Order: sequence, then C-alpha cells, then structure tokens
Amino acid sequence: MSDEQRALTKIISPGRGSFWGELLECWRNREFLGFLAWRDVKVRYSQTVLGMAWAVIQPLTHMVIFTMIFNKVAGLQSPEGIPYPVYTFAALLPWQLFTTALTRSSESVVAEARLLTKVYFPRLLVPFSAMSVGLIDFCVSFVILLLMMVGYGITPSWTIVFLPLFVLLTLMTALAVGLFLAAMNAKYRDFRHVVPFMISIWMFITPVAYPASAIIRKIPAGWGWIYNLNPMTGVVEGFRWALVGQTGLAPGMLAVSSAAVVVVFILGLMYFRRMERSFADVL
Amino acid sequence: MISVEGLGKRYRIGGLRARSGTLRETLSTIPVLVWRRLKGRGRLVSEDFWALKEVSFEVEAGEVVGIIGRNGAGKSTLLKILSGITEPTEGRAVLRGRVGSLLEVGTGFHPELTGRENIYLSGAILGMRKAEIDKKFDEIVEFSGIEKFLDTPAKRYSSGMYVRLGFAVAAHLEPEILIIDEVLAVGDAEFQKKCLDKMGDVVKGGRTILFVSHNMGAITRLCQRTLLLEDGHLVMSGPSSEVTAHYLAGTAGMFAERVWPDLSTAPGNQVARLSAIRIRKDGGEISDTLEIRQPFTVEVEYRCLQEGARLVPNLHFFNDNGICVFISHNNWDREWYRRPHPEGLFKSVCHLPGNYFAEGRFTIMAAVGTINPTETHAVCRDAVSFQVVDHSEGDGARGDLATSYGGIVRPLLEWGTTVMEKDEAASG
Repeated sequence: MSDEQRALTKIISPGRGSFWGELLECWRNREFLGFLAWRDVKVRYSQTVLGMAWAVIQPLTHMVIFTMIFNKVAGLQSPEGIPYPVYTFAALLPWQLFTTALTRSSESVVAEARLLTKVYFPRLLVPFSAMSVGLIDFCVSFVILLLMMVGYGITPSWTIVFLPLFVLLTLMTALAVGLFLAAMNAKYRDFRHVVPFMISIWMFITPVAYPASAIIRKIPAGWGWIYNLNPMTGVVEGFRWALVGQTGLAPGMLAVSSAAVVVVFILGLMYFRRMERSFADVL
Repeated sequence: MISVEGLGKRYRIGGLRARSGTLRETLSTIPVLVWRRLKGRGRLVSEDFWALKEVSFEVEAGEVVGIIGRNGAGKSTLLKILSGITEPTEGRAVLRGRVGSLLEVGTGFHPELTGRENIYLSGAILGMRKAEIDKKFDEIVEFSGIEKFLDTPAKRYSSGMYVRLGFAVAAHLEPEILIIDEVLAVGDAEFQKKCLDKMGDVVKGGRTILFVSHNMGAITRLCQRTLLLEDGHLVMSGPSSEVTAHYLAGTAGMFAERVWPDLSTAPGNQVARLSAIRIRKDGGEISDTLEIRQPFTVEVEYRCLQEGARLVPNLHFFNDNGICVFISHNNWDREWYRRPHPEGLFKSVCHLPGNYFAEGRFTIMAAVGTINPTETHAVCRDAVSFQVVDHSEGDGARGDLATSYGGIVRPLLEWGTTVMEKDEAASG
C-alpha cells in the first residue's frame, strides 16, 4: 500500500476518531472551506440593492445613536484627544464582527441541514465557514473607519500592526460560543431565540459605548479581573489601543480575556465534536 | 476495496425522547419521566429500532455491486454509513480509496447562484478540487445541455434543468469508490437513458461502485453482483440476475398490500399514522396485477392520534419513470373531507376507473396530511405498486392495434367525425 493509499483508507466505526485526525481532515478540505465561505458571501450580496452598504449601515447607525445618547445626553466621555464617534466606532467594528460571526455560526448547522444529511465532510467546517460574511462586512466597515480617522485628522498609531491579532481573537470568541450554540441548535431549535437575547446583554457588559475603565473603577480593588473574563472586553479595548495607541489596555486585562477565550473555545470544540456524530440523525 | 463487518445502526424511535425537538419539549418530558420512575416502571423511554443489523460483505476493486430491497430495508442507511454521513452503532467498515457519494442530485446547489457558480460549488461539495473542476468544466456544461443558462441563477431553472446540471456534475466525479443512491429515479425518460449510458461508461472505467436502485433492469445491466437487504439484514448476495429474480419472486403479489401492525413503527407522527394500504380488484380481491379495462380501488387505513385533526388522506401515482401521473385526495368525500376526525382507525377508499392507466408498472405514494396549514403527518413513498396489463380484445383504448402504444394514461375517449367538405374534383 502506498502512502497515498494509506492516507485515503477510511475506517468507519462507532465512536469518534482522534481529535488531530479531524483537524487534519479539516486542513485537507481547506479548499472546500473556501468554497463554502465564498458561497455565503456571494449569496449575501446577490439581489440586494445596496449590497456592501448594508455592512456599514448598522455600525454607523449605532455610532450615531451612541454618540447622541451616551455622549451628548448621558455625558459619557471618550479619553482625551479621541472624538467620541471614532472612539465608539472603533469598538463597534469588532463588536459587529463578533455578532455577525456568532449569529451565523450558531445557525450554521441547522442552515446546512440538507448538506449535512447528504454528503460527508468535516462538520467543523460549517461553523468555521460561517465567519466569512462577518469578515467581509468588517473589511468594508474598516475602510469607513479609516476615512473617519482621516476626517478627524487622527493618525493611526504604529500599534495598528497588532490589529489582525485582535481580529483573530474576535473570531475565536465568536466561534467558541458559536460551536456550542450550533450544536445545541441542531438538537434543540429554541436555542436560536437565545442568540439575539444573549448578544444584547453581552453588549452592555462590553465596553462598546464606554471605556472599560469607567466600569473597572467602580469594582472593588482586586475584583476587576471578573469584568475582564468577558473576552470581548480585551478585544474591544485592544482594538482601540491598536488603532489610536492610547486608552487603557492593561496587559493583564488582555491575558485574562485571552485565557477565557481559549478555555471556552476548547470546551466548545469538545462539545461540538461530541454532538456532531448525531447531526445527520437529528437534523 | 470495501470491507464491511457486522455493521449495525440503531435508531431510537417513538417513546418520550424525540429525536429532535425543542428544549421545551425535552424539559416537559422530565415530570413524566419522574412520575414513571416513582411508579416503579424502571426502564422508560424509547424502543430501539435497528435500521441495519450485522451486515457484512466485501467488495473487490473494480466491482460494481447493486443493493436492492424494499423501502425501509436499510439500503439508504447503509449508504449513509459508508459515506460517513452518519455513524454506525456497531461494526466497522474499511474503504480503501477516495470515496464519492451521490445520495441526491444537485447536492449543495444554491438557488441564488448561477449555473456556473453552482457547478463549482456542487463539485467541491462532492469532493472535487478546483483544478479538477476547471479541467472538466466544459465537459460538464456540454453534458448538461444548459450552455445558454450558465449565467442565470439556478432558481430560474426548470426542475429538469436543475437535475441535468446536478447529474452532469456528479457524472464527472472520479473517485475510486462511488456510492450512488437512486439518483436515476429523476428526470425524464430520455435523460434517464443518458444517465444510464453514462453510468455504463463509468462502470467500464474500472471504478468500484455501490449502486442502490429500484430499477431492476438497471441493476442487472450495470452490476455483476447484487446484495439484497431485508429489514436491515443482508439476506442474499450473488449474481444480479439471480438476486433480482429471487427478490421479485419473493415479493410478487406482496406489492398490492402494505400493513403496519405496530403503530409505533408505522410512518407518521403524533397526529396520524398509516396503518395499511391495499389495492383491490373490482371484485374485492387484493391484487397487484390489474386488467386495463377493470376499475379498482386503493384503500388507505390510518389512525388518527389527535382528537379533532382534520385529516386528508391522499395518493400520488407514479409511473416507472418516476413521473407523477396524478395526485388525488378525498376532496369529494362529502362526509369526511377536512372534517375533524375523532381518535381512531379510519379507512378511506379511492375508486379508480377502468380504461385509465396505460400498461406498465405504477407505484403509489400514500400520505395523510392536513390542509391549512398544509402539513404532511404520515407518508410512505412506494407504499404499494401495481402492474397494468392490457388483455383487451378490441374493446380497450388501443382498439385493434397490436403494436406498442405509448402514453402514461390510456383513457377510452369518445370520438366523433363529420364531413366538412366533399372534394368533388378529386372524387371526379
């Protein structure tokens, strides 16, 4: 038996294969992952009048509302030197990426029910590919942010090179939670109602409309890390830091947030792998 | 190439633990479970149903093996396990080579995408690499015959075009092991022939193929060896002609009646379940061979499980090419049509006229549903089937013609002719 044949030999038996085997399988199917992602993006923008504009309408609207309510009415201030609209838009970007990716990945398994019951491919690709639309939307909004910064005369800081890192962290957070929800949704369809609810609560515990410091100040000393357990806290503050170079991103905050993501991600992966075996039977 | 040892698949059915549902439903069963436990009925929940049990066989490289059996015999489950879509409960299978499975035509097509885009998408889903699709693109397009609509979104395609394109992509798949489920049961007769020819080429190409079909002709033509499944067990394996003959002999006459003695395994849901389907000759005798001139009846027995459900039984008649000849539901049944049914067992009888069907084999899909909201509660494809034979002696629709006489239906229609104009010049 040649090496290639050995690689192609497939053994089907009860119980899951090895974790690394599945990851390898995902890697072998990366082209297919690309196709799924490409389809989602293509379908998303077909038959829309405004096309890409939809990607920016939502965060722009949020920005305007936040500026009016939190800044003008409630008097929340952004740190010295950064106009509030830019400050909040810089947070809305990763937030929008997070919500789109989370929503789509949590619905992905049910949405692909037909495929999942008719062909075999590594099931993990489904929630992964669901990230694509969020990522494209993000790129479009990012251009708007850069234009805004030019408009306000703000030079991006050198720390912008760290931005991809935070994008990755956002996607991982979305996927970590998305994996759980996608698998649960396959079995219990009512989890789909949980997502919007969860997102709206999550937004208030994330420093999107206000600086994280505003909250941490109010928390008794020594307990601030609890607030940072929310991975999006680190991400959002990290985005602001990467873009405008100031504001308080404490390394400790980022460490706690990242650790939380990794833990949830691994749990999500384990749960998804446990559930994926029965997808074809319950969908 | 393929070796299968003691493969089994268990499904949990009925009982309290639904296979899928909402969390609320699951939570709401907890009090019931607790109650049952308190009452000391220790083991609760579901009954097991083995869709497949102790199936073992070997397939050599380059062999083309057919799989036959009645509906529910486990054919599709076997293919799904071998394709890796679902997991076996016990046993194992080893497949040596790249596996391609074709359980549906047009797998992964997206209606919003164009034909061109769908070729790539579907190809990728079936396991082709992009480079491979690039190479075969023109061939695929040519085979499908939809060149002109390549850049039209698939949602504007007719169902025929959809199927053509789907098969065209699938036909160009080149795995070492190909698993095919009844994909030929779609499309018009001409395209089916084209597919069968293409399949013939594929077969000659030396690939290992597993092929499920109800079309015994195709099975004997394409496969050297055939496996017969019955109730999840492999009951026979051998030369295709022998196995298909055994299958047809064993089921002769059985096609006219289908009974589900056990309510929990009968097709249906919590509203209605099928109980029996029968074809009766004019005289009342159960038969699957019907004379073309004689009227006959089809009975549907079903159980209403939800008080007040407005059940509507319906029958769908298909000919040998999978074309739906017509659908009928009991809308002329004044007494019961869309009336609330009490819980209980019902029998609806559909009367079919003589001199209506053409010669040939017809299969019936039986279903029980409700209208408004339109919902199907119980359905059985290929529930029963019958053969129409023409023994007419000049008194049938074909009259004195002894040659082959086409058509899906063969009604006896009234004709009249009048002379419009007499051509004097010609008659002199």
